[in-house]
Amino acid sequence: MGIGKIARRTFLIGATAIAGGVAVGYYYISRPYGNPLEKDLAEGEVTFNPYIKIADDNTVTVITPRAEMGQGVHTSLAALVAEELDLTLADIETEHGMADWAYFNGGMLEDGVPFALFNESFVAESMRAAMPMVGKVLGLQVTGGSSSIKDGFDKMRQAGCATRYMLLEAAAKELGVDKSTLEIKGKTIVDPASGNAAEFGKLAATAAKLTPPSELVLREQKDWKLLGKSQPRVDIPDKVTGGHVFGIDVELPEMVHATVKMSPRFWAKAKSYDDTAALAVPGVTKVVPLQTQTGNGFGVIADNTWAAFKGAEALEVEWEEASYPKTSEALFEVIEKALETEADQSLRDDGSVETAFADAPREDLLEADYKVPWLAHACLEPMNATARWKDGKLTIWAPTQAPTLLQMVCSGQVGVNSDEVEVHITKLGGGFGRKGEVDAPIYAVELAKHTDGRPVKVTWSREEDTRHDTYRPAAMGRMKARVKEGELPTALDIHLSSPSIIESLLKRTFPGQSPAGPDNTMEHGAFDQPYTIPNYRVRASKADIPVPVGFWRSVGNSYNGWFHESFMDEIAEKAGKDPLEMRLELMKDHPAAIGALKKVAEMSGWGRDMPEGSGLGLAHVVSFGTWVAVVAEVTNEDDVIQINDVWAAAEIGTAIDPSIVKAQIMSGIVFGLSSAIGQEINFEDGEVVEGNFDEFDSMRMIQCPNIHVELLETYHKIGGAGEPGTPPSIPALANAIYAATGTRIRTMPLSHEIDFVS
Amino acid sequence: MKLNINGRLVEVGNDPEMPLLWALRDIAGMKGTKFGCGIAACGACTVHVDGIPTRSCQLLVGDVDGPVTTIEGIGNKENLHLVQQAWVDEQVPQCGYCQSGQIMAAVALLEETPDPTDEDIDFAMTNLCRCGTYPRIRAAIKRASENMKQEA
Repeated sequence: MGIGKIARRTFLIGATAIAGGVAVGYYYISRPYGNPLEKDLAEGEVTFNPYIKIADDNTVTVITPRAEMGQGVHTSLAALVAEELDLTLADIETEHGMADWAYFNGGMLEDGVPFALFNESFVAESMRAAMPMVGKVLGLQVTGGSSSIKDGFDKMRQAGCATRYMLLEAAAKELGVDKSTLEIKGKTIVDPASGNAAEFGKLAATAAKLTPPSELVLREQKDWKLLGKSQPRVDIPDKVTGGHVFGIDVELPEMVHATVKMSPRFWAKAKSYDDTAALAVPGVTKVVPLQTQTGNGFGVIADNTWAAFKGAEALEVEWEEASYPKTSEALFEVIEKALETEADQSLRDDGSVETAFADAPREDLLEADYKVPWLAHACLEPMNATARWKDGKLTIWAPTQAPTLLQMVCSGQVGVNSDEVEVHITKLGGGFGRKGEVDAPIYAVELAKHTDGRPVKVTWSREEDTRHDTYRPAAMGRMKARVKEGELPTALDIHLSSPSIIESLLKRTFPGQSPAGPDNTMEHGAFDQPYTIPNYRVRASKADIPVPVGFWRSVGNSYNGWFHESFMDEIAEKAGKDPLEMRLELMKDHPAAIGALKKVAEMSGWGRDMPEGSGLGLAHVVSFGTWVAVVAEVTNEDDVIQINDVWAAAEIGTAIDPSIVKAQIMSGIVFGLSSAIGQEINFEDGEVVEGNFDEFDSMRMIQCPNIHVELLETYHKIGGAGEPGTPPSIPALANAIYAATGTRIRTMPLSHEIDFVS
Repeated sequence: MKLNINGRLVEVGNDPEMPLLWALRDIAGMKGTKFGCGIAACGACTVHVDGIPTRSCQLLVGDVDGPVTTIEGIGNKENLHLVQQAWVDEQVPQCGYCQSGQIMAAVALLEETPDPTDEDIDFAMTNLCRCGTYPRIRAAIKRASENMKQEA
């Protein structure tokens, strides 16, 4: 998930650059970015590259330029640098650093080519190789797509390595010995022969002036001291003592507080309003109408957040009608109708499904429709942003996954250049794709024009957050297979339909740019799975619905993975085959998938006798470079389902920090299960029905199974951690419920047809 | 108005109708206690009032009838509470936003029930964690319980 998908998409369709001001050309590709740290060094501090600062008091600061939203990225990225500097994490400080194009994410885009991970054809590899350059051209500093480690793996180790060379060079001169004899011991370089030593802090000023070596030899994996081993996370001491500063905790001199009340019907405006009662709330100072590219409504400015909330509640507004079908049923009709039309795109078409179906005996055909609802992200930290517009200078403090995008978009609101906008990135209380959006910062900047140069922190209520999300789109999958008892399937056809995330995102982020061409996310998790079936087609139709949709942890994989893997279970049943055995046969060309499947079978005791009312369900989805096989075990007691255990085997290539990776896979599983056991966003009168956690809840302790995660590290590419746990968790649960109850549920959430422990 | 918070008298403004959560955050500047829902459904705002775990978004300042303890009052980085230490040892937090409330709920649970069963944990720990750290929270509570026994 992530904004970078605009980039790859724009690239793929050959359109000119996004965001007006970004020109594409060789110059931009070859030009090195400057070191943004040079602008902002403290007294006694020097910098070696965009990732490292060393102060004369021997403080070593590593810049970890990805949003910390729970995935432990500041720890794992810092470890990449520390490994090459011969330091431990206790030796260094970490900082996110400022928004800057130097911190572009190239890794995310490699994943975005319209080819499956395991397609290593010349065309696929060439396009992957080109993608980091696109990322560089667009300068998008984005956290998303489970890509931070893939992107940082080489460049941050190189930053550490080059700095080590330069420090050793300076120490050799200082100590008058050959640098090959020197050793690094806790931020000090020691000459073992003489016992003489020099601290990093004393050497830094000289070392930083040296030329970095032209060739860097990075540590081999077998010599790693930190990488590959679980490190204590650098952010945890603050997180257990309440000291961690999230966006919502920003405190600035003279700051005022605000909230928003946006139109409950998307894109509708206020027909009339009365702010008398709102302004009568003690502490409320202003009501400001907002008309922006992401929505229309009002801002309420006050002395404190509570007063702003009460003011927003008291504000009376009559809104325009919705311009789109007003109920969930009517909206789903649009999605279903799109399935009756020619598909807009197809990313997989092996053999000929049409021919395979044409001469199939009727009893060999299997057909099913699957359906998922819209979903909110429900980050526990509600949307918020802080802005100050003072003396021609715009400063933004935000929990954001896309800081350079904020610079591009928000600069236009006040008419300054994008690189003049200062963006401070706070910690994020959950992101999941939601916090790559620009809406909250846009509203903060608009309100900052009304506060006489004082900073304004804009905090959304939970209801406002849930009802103005950029939702995981609703979708349908029409599945058809040819399968004969005792045999493997010979044809699989999947027709998907949903609103396009990319189209929705571009419309609100860069209005005026006309999107066209395929949206790969619509087919992710279906077209790119490692099954070999002679006739195999995946296509998608766009449903034209203006409700904002966006990247939600694992994006298209979150529903296509379920469609695909639940239908695979149906195919196995029709074939009379064990779901594991059939998958092993169909994926036999892919050792990574086989490894994950066999591992999870061993962990879960797949094939064991299950007591009446209990069942095991299996699924495998490869997404974001990681192959994840999951088994769920459920018990049905008096028509109430308890999820007892979930086992996951994840083939990730290389796990930089196993504890963090396991936590991420576990987190992804809970995120997926949460959606399956009860989440849905509905519409009435064009408005989102669900508001708070009493209506849109997530899994709680009492519902959470024991979760067992094992990592495999044999694949030759490094995979992601944040998202790949989510897609297989959902079909594993649904398949387990089928095994336990005989009920095959094809509409999410499963709670429409079955009760869960609560 | 002043309230006894973490053992000292703290100014919390002059609006008795303001929920304690917002008085803590916006008036007293104590931001460790978090806003998640405003309807006592998530527990991110959990504090102790007279030792009882309480969702401060639903308690008006004027109704506070005992000493208040917040996450800032149970320990600090140099001197962690035993429960906070267990959270570090089990590497519980991910985004961390719910964890102040989770820890306050766990501290209250262990004070009441020093050796909790899984059912006790299910019953007491109703706080929402969107990152899904529940398995590690459960492990940390059990570890803290063990450590308490050894200290006793």
